[in-house]
This record gives sequence, C-alpha cells and structure tokens, in this order.
Amino acid sequence: MDLNSKAPTGPIETRWERHKFSMKLVNPANRRKYNVIVVGTGLAGGALAATLGEQGYNVKAFCYQDSPRRAHSIAAQGGINAAKNYQNDGDSVYRLFYDTVKGGDFRARESNVYRLAQVSVNIVDQCVAQGVPFAREYGGLLDNRSFGGAQVSRTFYARGQTGQQLLLGAYQALSKQIEENTVEMFSRHEMLELVLVDGKARGIVTRDMVSGEIEAHMADVVVLCTGGYGNVFFLSTNAMGCNTTATWRAHRKGALFANPCYTQIHPTCIPVSGESQSKLTLMSESLRNDGRIWVPKSKEDCGKEPGQIPEYDRDYYLERVYPSFGNLVPRDIASRRAKEMCDQGLGVGPEVGGQRRGVYLDFGDAVKRLGKDKVAAKYGNLFEMYERITGEDPYVVPMRIYPAVHYTMGGLWVDYNLQSTIEGLFVGGEANFSDHGANRLGASALMQGLADGYFVLPYTIANYLASTPKNTADANHPEAVAAVAAVRERTQKFLSIGGSRSPDSFHREAGQVIWDCCGMGRTREGLEKALQRLPEIRAEFWTNLKVLGSGEELNVGLEKAGRVADFLELGELMCRDALHREESCGGHFREEHQTPEGEAERDDQHFQYVAAWEFTGVDSAPNLHKEALDFEYVKPSQRSYK
Amino acid sequence: MEKALTFVDTTIGKKVLMALSGLVMFGFVVGHMAGNLQVFLGPEAFNGYAIGLHNLGKLLWVARIGLIVALLVHVAMALQLMARSSAARPEPYRMKKNDTTTFAALTMKYSGFTLLFFLFYHLAHFTFPGVAMGAYEHLGHTQVYSNFVNGFSVPWVVGIYVLAMISLGLHLYHGTYSLFQTLGANNPLRNSGLKTTAQFLALTITLGNIVLPLSVLLGLVR
Amino acid sequence: MSDLNLVLHVWRQKNRDARGNFARYELKNVSDHSSFLEMLDQLNEELSAKGEEPVAFDHDCREGICGSCGVVINGSPHGPQKQTTTCQLHMRQFKNNDEIYVEPWRAGAFPVLRDLVVDRGAFDRIVQAGGYISVRSGSPPDANAIPINKSDADRAMDAAACIGCGACVAACPNASAMLFTAAKAGHLNLLPQGQPERAQRTRNMVAQMDAEGFGHCTNHYECMAACPKGIDVEFIAKLNRDFVAATVTAREELEPRSK
Ligand SMILES: Cc1cc2nc3c(=O)[nH]c(=O)nc-3n(C[C@H](O)[C@H](O)[C@H](O)COP(=O)(O)OP(=O)(O)OC[C@H]3O[C@@H](n4cnc5c(N)ncnc54)[C@H](O)[C@@H]3O)c2cc1C
Ligand code: HEM
Ligand code: HEM
Ligand code: SF4
Ligand code: F3S
Ligand code: FES
Repeated sequence: MDLNSKAPTGPIETRWERHKFSMKLVNPANRRKYNVIVVGTGLAGGALAATLGEQGYNVKAFCYQDSPRRAHSIAAQGGINAAKNYQNDGDSVYRLFYDTVKGGDFRARESNVYRLAQVSVNIVDQCVAQGVPFAREYGGLLDNRSFGGAQVSRTFYARGQTGQQLLLGAYQALSKQIEENTVEMFSRHEMLELVLVDGKARGIVTRDMVSGEIEAHMADVVVLCTGGYGNVFFLSTNAMGCNTTATWRAHRKGALFANPCYTQIHPTCIPVSGESQSKLTLMSESLRNDGRIWVPKSKEDCGKEPGQIPEYDRDYYLERVYPSFGNLVPRDIASRRAKEMCDQGLGVGPEVGGQRRGVYLDFGDAVKRLGKDKVAAKYGNLFEMYERITGEDPYVVPMRIYPAVHYTMGGLWVDYNLQSTIEGLFVGGEANFSDHGANRLGASALMQGLADGYFVLPYTIANYLASTPKNTADANHPEAVAAVAAVRERTQKFLSIGGSRSPDSFHREAGQVIWDCCGMGRTREGLEKALQRLPEIRAEFWTNLKVLGSGEELNVGLEKAGRVADFLELGELMCRDALHREESCGGHFREEHQTPEGEAERDDQHFQYVAAWEFTGVDSAPNLHKEALDFEYVKPSQRSYK
Repeated sequence: MEKALTFVDTTIGKKVLMALSGLVMFGFVVGHMAGNLQVFLGPEAFNGYAIGLHNLGKLLWVARIGLIVALLVHVAMALQLMARSSAARPEPYRMKKNDTTTFAALTMKYSGFTLLFFLFYHLAHFTFPGVAMGAYEHLGHTQVYSNFVNGFSVPWVVGIYVLAMISLGLHLYHGTYSLFQTLGANNPLRNSGLKTTAQFLALTITLGNIVLPLSVLLGLVR
Repeated sequence: MSDLNLVLHVWRQKNRDARGNFARYELKNVSDHSSFLEMLDQLNEELSAKGEEPVAFDHDCREGICGSCGVVINGSPHGPQKQTTTCQLHMRQFKNNDEIYVEPWRAGAFPVLRDLVVDRGAFDRIVQAGGYISVRSGSPPDANAIPINKSDADRAMDAAACIGCGACVAACPNASAMLFTAAKAGHLNLLPQGQPERAQRTRNMVAQMDAEGFGHCTNHYECMAACPKGIDVEFIAKLNRDFVAATVTAREELEPRSK
C-alpha cells in the first residue's frame, strides 16, 4: 500500500486555493440525494454536520452523549489560536504555520499545517458571527492572550470556557439544521462497526444505548470525528466516555493508524489523590504565567508542610535549568522534568501507592507582587476548582500539580483531503493523526477541529461525492447484515463470559501498564515488558470479564466492556509504535535518546516519517507503512528553550 | 393545521395577565383601604365618602366592571397555570429542600382562594342590599358608618376579616414583588429597592386593613 | 484523609415505563477525597461483585462543564455545595454515618430512562426552536467588524455559561424550565449578531418550552440557587420582557409547536 498524501506542490501560500479550485462540486439540486454519516458531534463533527446540512446534503449525525452539546470539546479551557494579528505584535499566517511545525517537532505535514494556519482566520469570524461571546476589551474589540509560551498574543478565549462556547456555537448551528430536517440527530447512539461495500465505506452499525437496538445506517460517505484515545491510560483529563471504538473498528477494517505513540502530557493537572480516583482534572496552563514550580531540595523535606520549608531548601528546577523560559517551557518539557523530580523521590503531597507524585505550583510570590485581588481576578475560578477538589486553599498552601494525559496527536492516517486509507471514510478533528506532528501547541486543537469541520471537509467530501458512483446498498445488503450480526455476536460474548472482574478493573490495570511504560518516559525495556503484559491482560479480559444485565436495555457495563476491549488492542499498538521509533520527538520521549542536557534527541535521518500501521489480526504483528515528510519551508532544527 | 398561538396561550402571557390584573386589584385595595381609614374621621366624613362614591353613578360601574374583569382574568389564569404546574411533576420528590423561596410564595394559591371566598363573604356582608350576612342591621348605603360599626361589633365576623387580611398580606408579600419580575421590570440595580417597597406596601395594607375591623371591638370607633 | 461509612437510599427504576423505588445500600470506607460520582463508582463495583446491576447515572467530563451529571442529593439538585455540579461535589462535604437520598431530576418533561438517568431531549428541542444565529459557514464579516459593548458581551457570557444540566427544572417547585430558556435566549438576544432573529427566537423558544410540558415560573428563585453556574434570574425578567416586546412587534403568527 503506498501512502499518497495527495498534498499539492508549488508555493505553499496558494496550495489550498489551487486545490479547492481543482476539486469537483455538487450541484445544489443534487445535494439532498446524497447521504452523509457523521459520527461525532464535537467541534469537528458538529461543525461539519451543520455545514453539510445547510448546504443541502442529507446528514445523519451520531453521538454517545444524551446531547450533541456535551461532546468532550466542551472541556477546553484555554483558548483557540488564530493568526489575526489583532494585537499587531508581528503575528501572521506564516508565523502560526512556522510555530506549529516547529512545535510539532518536525513530524507534521507542511501543506496541512499551512492550510490550518490559513483558515484559522476564518474560524474566529465564523464563531463571532454565531454569537460566541469571546472576551473583549473596553473598546468593544476582541481580546487576546499569549498562550503556552507563544511569543505573540494570538489566542482568543471566553472566560475559562472557550471549548464550551465554541461547541455551543457549532451545536446551535447544528440545532438549526435538525429543525430544518437536513440533519437527523442520533444521540445516545454508539458506533460499533464500519460497513464496507466493495472496499468503500458505505455505512456504520450503531447500538441505541437506551433500547439496546443494534442497526445499520447506510450512506454515500462516512466521516469519523470521534475524538482522541487518551482514555487508553484509564486516568486522563478526557471525559469518561471518550473512546477509540469508532477509529479502532475502522482500523480493523483496513484504515491505517498513524503515530499512535504520539500522546501529549499536560503539566498542570491536579495530582492523583487516591485509589478511587476515576479522572484527572486539568487546570489551565495560564497558571504557569505567575505560579512558580518547585520541589524540596532534599527528600527529608518532602513530608513536611510546604510552609516549613525555607526558601533556600527549595529547588525551582525549571527556572534553574531553563533560565530564559523558566516556568513557561513547552508542555512536554515541563511534564518530563516534573516526572524526573518525583522519580528522584522529591515529589510532594500524599503518598499514593507508596510514592509522592506532585510538585508545588506556588503563588506566594505572585500574591506578594500583585496582591491577592489581582491574583484572584486572574485565576479565581481555577483556585476555586482546585479547592473544591483538594480541599486546600491555594492562596495559603501552594498548589500541587502533576502531569496527565491530555491529547493524542496520533490517529487514523488521512491524506490532504482528510480521507483515510479506506475510500469514502473521512476523519476529522482529534480522531485523525492531525496536523500537530509529535506535539501539539496549546490552543490549536480547537482550531484544527473547527478548521476540519467548517472549512476543509465540506470541500473534500463534495469532491468525493461528485467523483464516485452513488451508494446503492441498503441495510439489507449482505455486508450490512453481516456487520450487524458481528456486533450482536460481540455483545452476546461480553454478556456471556460470566467471569468475576468488571470492565473498569481491566481498564485500570492495563491503563497503569501503558502509563508506566508508554507515558512520559519510554524505554525499550519498559515497552517490551508492556508488550508482554498487555496480551496477558487481554486474554484474561476475554475469559474473566463480568457484565451484568442484558443487551436490550441501558447497560453501562456493556458499553464500558466494548470500549475497554478496543483500548486493550490499541494500547499494544501504541507500545509497538513507541518501540519502533528509536528517537525522541515531542511527546514521544525515549530515554535512550536524549542530549547530554536531557532534551529530546530526534533522528531525522531515520525517522522523519509518519508511521502508519496496518491491522493484520489481533495476535499478529501489524505492518508498518511510512509516509516520508519533507520540509521545504521550515528547516528542521533542534528545539532549544534554554 | 392547529390554530396559531396567541399571547394568552403561552405561560408567560398568562403570567403577565395575572400580574396586570393583580396590579389593578392591588391598586383597588390600596385605594379602598385609604377610603376605609376615613372611618376614623367620624361619621360625616365616612358617610360622605361612601355617598360620594355612590354618586359617581356610571363611573362607579366602570370601576366595578374593571375590577370584576381583573378578578375573573386573575382567577382564570391562576387556575390554568396551577393545573399546568401540578401536572409538570407527576412523580414527587422523596426529599426536597428549598433554599430561597418563601412561605408566602409557596402558598399563593391558598391565600388567593381565601381572598376569593372572603370577597364573596365581604360583599354579602356590606354591599349586597338586604343580605347583611353577619347578623347585624344594615341601614343601607347612606349609613355606611353605622353599618361599619354594627358589622364589626360581631366578634366572629371580625375574626374572618382578620384571617382574610393576613392571607391578603401573604398574597401581596410575594405578589407585589413577583409582579415586577413577571413584567420584566426587574434589574439588579433596582431589585433591592423594588423588593423593600413592595414588601413595605404589602405590610402597610395588611396592618391598615386589620386595624379597621378591630377598631370597633377595641372601641376606637363607636 | 479519613474514610466515611454511609447509608444510601438510591432510586432504582428499570426503564421508562417501570415503576421505581428506593433501594437501601450500606457503603463502607469511602475516601473523603472521592467525588460523589466516584462514591457511586465504588458502590457499583461492590454491587456488580455481588451480582447486582450497577446504578445507572449520567456523567462524562467529571469537570463540571459538560452538564451530563446531576442527581438530587438529600433534596438538593447537585447536592449541598453551592455552584458545584454533582461530579465536582466531594465527599468531604459529608459526615461519617450520613444517610444520603439520591433521586433523579423529577419532571414530566424529563422522563426517567433508568435509575438516575433522565431524558433531557426537551432542552435540545427548545434550542432547535430558535436558540441559534443563522450564519452560513465561510462568509461572515471580520470578527472585529462589529464592536460589542463590553458589559453586554460580559452579560451574554454570563448567560452562555449555562451547561444545560437541568438542575433548574429539578429545583423549581413548578418544574419550570424558565431559567434554562432565559439563559439560552438571553445570551443571543444580548448580542448585536442576535438582533435580526430576536423576535422569532424568543417566541418560538417559549412556545417549545410550553409544548414540552414544563411548569410556569412563579418566581421562587430556587433555580438560581441550584444552578451550578449561578445563572441569574434577571435573565428570566429579560425573557419576559423580550417575549412581550416580541409579541407586540411580531408580524407573523406564532405556530404551535409539538414535542
Ligand atoms: C481538559 C482538556 C482541555 C483542553 N483544552 C484545550 C484548549 O484550551 N485549546 C485547545 O485548542 N484544545 C484543548 N483541548 C483539546 C481539544 O479540546 C480536543 O482535542 C478537541 O475538542 C477534540 O474535538 P473533536 O471534535 O475532535 O472530538 P470531541 O469533541 O471529543 O468529540 C467526539 C465526538 O464523537 C462522539 N463519539 C466518540 N466515540 C463515539 C462512538 N463510538 N460512537 C458515536 N459517537 C462517538 C462523541 O459523542 C463526541 O460527540 C483540551 C482537551 C482536554 C481534555
Ligand atoms: C385583592 C385581590 C388580589 C390581589 C391584589 C392579587 C394580587 C396578585 C399579584 C400582584 C400577584 C403576582 C403576579 C405575579 O407573580 O406576577 C398575584 C399572584 C397570584 N394570585 Fe392574586 N391577587 C388577588 C386575588 C387573587 C385571587 C382571588 C386568587 C385566587 C384564585 C389569586 C391567586 C393568585 C395566584 C395563584 C398567584 C400566583 C401566580 C403566579 O405568581 O404565577 N389572587 N396576585
Ligand atoms: C378590613 C378591610 C376592609 C374593610 C373594613 C372593608 C370595608 C368595606 C365597606 C364598608 C364596604 C361597603 C361600602 C359601601 O357600602 O358603599 C366595602 C365594599 C367593598 N369592598 Fe371592602 N373592605 C375591606 C377589605 C376589602 C378587600 C381586601 C377587598 C378586595 C379583595 C374589598 C373589596 C370590596 C369591594 C369589591 C366592595 C364593593 C365596592 C362596591 O360597592 O363596588 N374590601 N368594603
Ligand atoms: S440554567 Fe443552570 S441549572 Fe439550568 S441548565 Fe443551565 S446550568 Fe443547569
Ligand atoms: S425556581 Fe421556578 S418558579 Fe421561576 S424563578 Fe426559578 S423557575
Ligand atoms: S460530568 Fe460533566 S458536568 Fe458533571
């Protein structure tokens, strides 16, 4: 299989323009004859379904929550980037493109990234027109902040709820189309299988999570916008329901999975407090603008109250190691350094599983410098959230933070048109392997989701529809019937194993293994251990799982079981990918490959490619396909934040 | 096709009508109290006032009809809305805490209906010719002062009035402020002011009205 | 860090049509660092170990933003702590040996699907009735073309903070959805972009709210007290205002709406 990115060549500024012109269009009168399935109604899916509906296509949209408004996009706090240069501080489409390629540690496709930077400008216009209440200055114009250590202020935000407000914008646009019957919405429906007819994606199989009914929906084209797979680690900042089922089912049917080991760890999350913990909570990165990160210099102090530790016994390690960037170093670096400190036994906070996993984020100086009111004005809501969860008052006791999984750069491989290796299967948002390379810059995932949904997929899908024969298969087509049967069988299997362990317990166990071996720091030894352990867990899962109740009702255990089953297989692929990539880049840090200063050491000569894996069977090794990356505009260089 | 919805078909519409009719009745009660307080100025003044009212002739009827309409609208809307909200929660809570609402707000229907019944009784008591319910001698509308004195020398009658006036107080305690919210007049800048005014008025009306029936037994009016 | 022993009375209901009732469970050693939902997770693990079906409840983000979660805890929607969703409520709010009643939102317009899970589709339909600004993808004016007075923008944001959880309905003695509808309409009615559709939006959303069978608003303000995002009842006053204005200025009839 050759991976043709179909990326245009020539001057990068005009690539998307020229590509759009070269694509076929669908005549407005014919659009309603085309059926489109959109799985997922987050920023990417919601925006897409709304846009296609409004253009007159016949859309069926699916989500597992009770309402499209609840997609995980809603959790995004920080903001969304756009190269508007409203602050006139030297920003430009080219700079956003440059920053993103560099930030991604030179593992992303230049053409895609440039397009992303270009349409970022339209996104903000679109959202403001929809009524998204972005923060404003007294003059009535839009306000911006600098985010994640960027040198320009290009981030638009809406209090601490940027994701929610953007999603509501898309949700409202979608609601209008539902009202106008161009979009049929299926909430509480989970996609459990993809239907291929003659090698083309022509439908999906879903389970109605309330009635348990399993049925096939057919269409001319299928789009997956089903989000990231961060929950593979069990503990993550993702919503509890986030899953890989949709993408993994597609992978099993032939869609290549790219760079699964590229996962992003966010440095400022609330540490794990106990065994019962189900979820990690992220706090906006903006905290690092004024908070100072430190740990005690000596192990003996770790148990003490932070107040009792005098200034000279504290190690402000980021400020020490990175004098110029200090506490604002990129996410991957801040995270890795925190882990190192805790590995050396210098972590603080309660012991969980015999270890203290946390570092202090101290606002003492900020309060002295700015005064409590200023600090409260800036971070008040975050402080409240922290206190609610930990019961500690950050004005008095320094916050404790620890890195947590937050985003997955990997995903289904797609070409420049966002079409996967299965014809007629398009993938948008976090679900595709995206434009972020090996590491995502803050405030750029919302941007990508909306870019895909509003501005890219509507064109490329139209082009596909205009250039392929209409679907003729209905739900009685043998392929559809077979897919439904397969899902029924799998559901029955879960219910009939009758073992003794809950889906969660398997998820917790496997998640811990993946976190330890394929988390922030990865080693050959650890990965090999994981690759041996995970199949064992999987084997026990299929023999000792316990799911109560029946398939014909709202059955939480059953839903979990299906998701965990797929996570177990994905986890293995992640470790394989991490093992094969004998270099460090962005979020992927192989401890064997670091510079003397302990920075990620890329190996462009051997690994400047996208690793796209082909499924060959649960117990057989996947095939690796490579898409070479070339950098005409931004020349690869060693990232340095010293 | 079903017929289009009118303002009155919507819950907000009904609420606004209640507020307006309530406002009208509120105005009446204030004026009525003011008039009745003249009883303390002695027979001439009070009878004069009453006779004056009756001499208004047509105008009086305009006012009466206005009031009757307001009452009918108010009650009709109240009945419809009450039916609606009681259907809105078929399965009750096993346990439910309230944080902000008041006894007065939760008992609007009861205080309201009490007022309705009081009204009938009250008219039968003082107004309808020849009924004079409440065991006393009604000397016709030129002798309102005597009617007043005779009427309120019967303790249980006074009792009824006092109870009715307490429910009036409760009704207005919530109603008068509530009405501003319903009519959309509320605004964080004004709210506290509106609230105190409304509740002050409710209180004055209750007290003013309670003094009247008691005045005879207390010997203030004889 | 101390552990709690609790007595729970949880509403169990097999499905929409089944009759529900309270089940009594004793739960030991609940960490006071757990969130309320993690406490329910713990209960469910124990139940399934015993072969009893776990308690179904809605949840997703567990960060207080998606609006999925929400149960009535000892008579208070989202529990005792102000401006806190059920998922953000932590067990340190409770004492050892507390008895806790856990009920679903109760409203005819929110039928129970199972145990503590209710169907809030009515909220989606209220938004579909007009809770949007019509704009085609791709051809809007520049984002800074229309400056917006900061206080309007901030108030719009106050309203837009609604997470659609339904606690307002659960808390309201009349099971009224006024606060939700007021927040949704208010957000858009406050912005210049929202003016062209303001009248139809307001009328249609109210008509849909009525069609769903919610109660009316008698100004108890319980909704505001229960709202995890502190949405202010001033938006209800605004909705009443906007609705009257819309009725006065309307040029077309208000079509009745169905569920
Ligand atoms: C805590 C947090 C904070 C963040 N903050 C920021 C930020 O400040 N800036 C930024 O740019 N990015 C941020 N991100 C990242 C960003 O929010 C996400 O990457 C982005 O929103 C993903 O959008 P999406 O549309 O691709 O997927 P999602 O929003 O996750 O939507 C997935 C959709 O797919 C549906 N779905 C999934 N599986 C199935 C299935 N099997 N069947 C049916 N439907 C299914 C779901 O119901 C949902 O509708 C943050 C992420 C997290 C976790
Ligand atoms: C002197 C007579 C009355 C006065 C001055 C009066 C006044 C008011 C006012 C001002 C309100 C507030 C409306 C709002 O909240 O916007 C109200 C509400 C109400 N009234 Fe009356 N009312 C009177 C008689 C009655 C009667 C006779 C009934 C009996 C049916 C009644 C039943 C109610 C009810 C149930 C409410 C609450 C309705 C709501 O708030 O939605 N009232 N009244
Ligand atoms: C203690 C308080 C009250 C006293 C002492 C009182 C006294 C009177 C008297 C003496 C009359 C007869 C006037 C006449 O014969 O011309 C009267 C009439 C009337 N009262 Fe009252 N009243 C009281 C409270 C109320 C209240 C609360 C209401 C309304 C809810 C009310 C409604 C009326 C009406 C409708 C009439 C008839 C007026 C007419 O002739 O059209 N009264 N009242
Ligand atoms: S108004 Fe408040 S309580 Fe009601 S749905 Fe919105 S957030 Fe929930
Ligand atoms: S509690 Fe109910 S009565 Fe109105 S003010 Fe809130 S909706
Ligand atoms: S689970 Fe999302 S708000 Fe509680």
